[in-house]
Amino acid sequence: MNFQRVFSLVKKDLKKMIREPATLFLIILFPVVLTLAFGASFGAIGGTVSTTYQIGVVNMDSTGPYPQWSQHLIWNLTNTEILKIQDFSDNETAQADLIQGKIQAVLLIPDNFGQSCNSFWQAPTNSSLWVNTTVQLYLDSGSMFATQAIPPIIQQVLTATVYWEQPISTPRPIQIGSPSLVQASKLTAFDYMAPGLFAYAAIFLTMTVAQSFATDREKGLLRRINITPTTSTEFMTSQAISNMIAALIQVTLVFAMAYLVGYRPNIGIVSFTLAFVIVLIFSLCNVGFGLITATIAKSPGAATGIAFIFIMPQMFLGTFVGSALSPSAQAAGKFVPSYYVTDALTSLLLRGAPISSPTILLDLLVVSICSVIALLLGIVMFRKYGKA
Amino acid sequence: MVIVIDNLIKRFEDVTAVDGLSLEVEKGELFGLLGPNGAGKTTTINVLCGLLEPTSGSVSVRGYDVRKEPRKVKELIGVCPQDTAVFSYLTGRENVELFGNLHAMPKEKLKKNTEELLRKLSLLDDANRRVGKYSGGMRRRINLIMALVHDPELAFLDEPTVAMDVQSRHAVWDFIKGLKKQKKTVILTTHYMEEAEELCDRVGVIDYGKLIALGSPKQLKDKFKAKNLEEVFIQLTGRRIREEL
Repeated sequence: MNFQRVFSLVKKDLKKMIREPATLFLIILFPVVLTLAFGASFGAIGGTVSTTYQIGVVNMDSTGPYPQWSQHLIWNLTNTEILKIQDFSDNETAQADLIQGKIQAVLLIPDNFGQSCNSFWQAPTNSSLWVNTTVQLYLDSGSMFATQAIPPIIQQVLTATVYWEQPISTPRPIQIGSPSLVQASKLTAFDYMAPGLFAYAAIFLTMTVAQSFATDREKGLLRRINITPTTSTEFMTSQAISNMIAALIQVTLVFAMAYLVGYRPNIGIVSFTLAFVIVLIFSLCNVGFGLITATIAKSPGAATGIAFIFIMPQMFLGTFVGSALSPSAQAAGKFVPSYYVTDALTSLLLRGAPISSPTILLDLLVVSICSVIALLLGIVMFRKYGKA
Repeated sequence: MVIVIDNLIKRFEDVTAVDGLSLEVEKGELFGLLGPNGAGKTTTINVLCGLLEPTSGSVSVRGYDVRKEPRKVKELIGVCPQDTAVFSYLTGRENVELFGNLHAMPKEKLKKNTEELLRKLSLLDDANRRVGKYSGGMRRRINLIMALVHDPELAFLDEPTVAMDVQSRHAVWDFIKGLKKQKKTVILTTHYMEEAEELCDRVGVIDYGKLIALGSPKQLKDKFKAKNLEEVFIQLTGRRIREEL
């Protein structure tokens, strides 16, 4: 491979990015405007205003033999600042308020809650002696933020109340759903959206790549490059590099804008780096989709339209938008690569999960496989049918 | 012979664009390929530079089969396409340097050639302006420079002066004459008969993909008892134009 050719093509693409208004908007201004708009709309701007959730609590264990456990849990929930606790004497009244949208969730503490806690502390390592129970949590399915934000907060408070600093992976007598590593302190709606937003910006690379190839083909520029000794490998490498640089600029801008509007994920440099790497790998997937689009499209205008075949499902099913959709749509999300990018970034940035967490590694693997397949398919299709 | 075309046939589905063309071009020769629109000139050039695969027949450039060794051929040639193909967001100089880099030219040589060609085609003052702001004639000239910056042994110039004003056309003619002095082999397609007469050592007239006449402008004029090449061309291809009308 001749790097003089590769770098001169990369340089050309970067100049295009800066000099062509449409490309500049899609790659640089769009993520900036998007982040600022979402930051302003969902409470990140200012940084001091935090979203609170109204939670109704029905304590069935207030008259049991060990009521101090449930009282301690309620006290800890009240102290989170993000939750506003409202006591209900029975589940029916609480459910009525939930249906009317007065509260966003109902937490039902079972009558054997204290007994269960006690049994755990009497024999922490002998699960056969535990009294197992389940804390029921009902959520307002109409609120995407409630469904996303409340369960991890409740889980964290419950863990801190009942188990103190016990390792999270050990079995427990009390369950409320999937365990989480969320640090729920002054989180805004924007904090829950930000990971999806990073994926969201990169998705539009599909359109940029498709338009660029379709335009160059229409103007005879691809044919002209093809007359030089430049090989397909050199040309495609240059495209991969320049689009990864574009993705890097986009993600950096989104991070910078998010930081400006008050987004402060409590993670280290290694997690930050991994977040960037995941988005960069994902950008290759979108280069592949862009090439497939350019192969199908006969003109730059058609390329813009066809690009949405890849953009829309990824945008609606795989980013922050997806959590507000129906269960079947959420299940469909597992078939788009952006879902795994958002999932990995949520684990890293929101839940503060370590980079070695199985969820993140699995997500990274899926995104990498998808990217390799999309890119190879795009290259093969474009070389065979798209150059003419 | 530096270019050997032997019984070349190129079909696009049911259309035969080139139909059994055989031709040889010597080193240092300036060869004109003439013919009406759709005669097969550009298709022949596209096969010569490896953009199109021949349906049958063989084409070799300095002994390299364009089908088997297209990269070798691409290293030897410079192609100026009929439609200007330039990156409008790059400056004139950047366009030229990009194509020099794609031919892996050494930096110093690239700089020297770029300056020299920009000067010869009177684009030095506008070299740092974006090509998107150029006039049509300036775009055509930069299109030509991009094809020749790497100092190729063979140049394929597909209607390089079309839609140029008289001054620009004469500047390009002088430039092409300069290539001839440097002993470059040039294949020139053109619709301007006076251009072919002025520049070409030999011309080949093709119609319906077939070679219908071959010789120096003088030989053809003598053979068809014509005052100029245009009269020869009309005698040879007028039937087709009349049929089309």
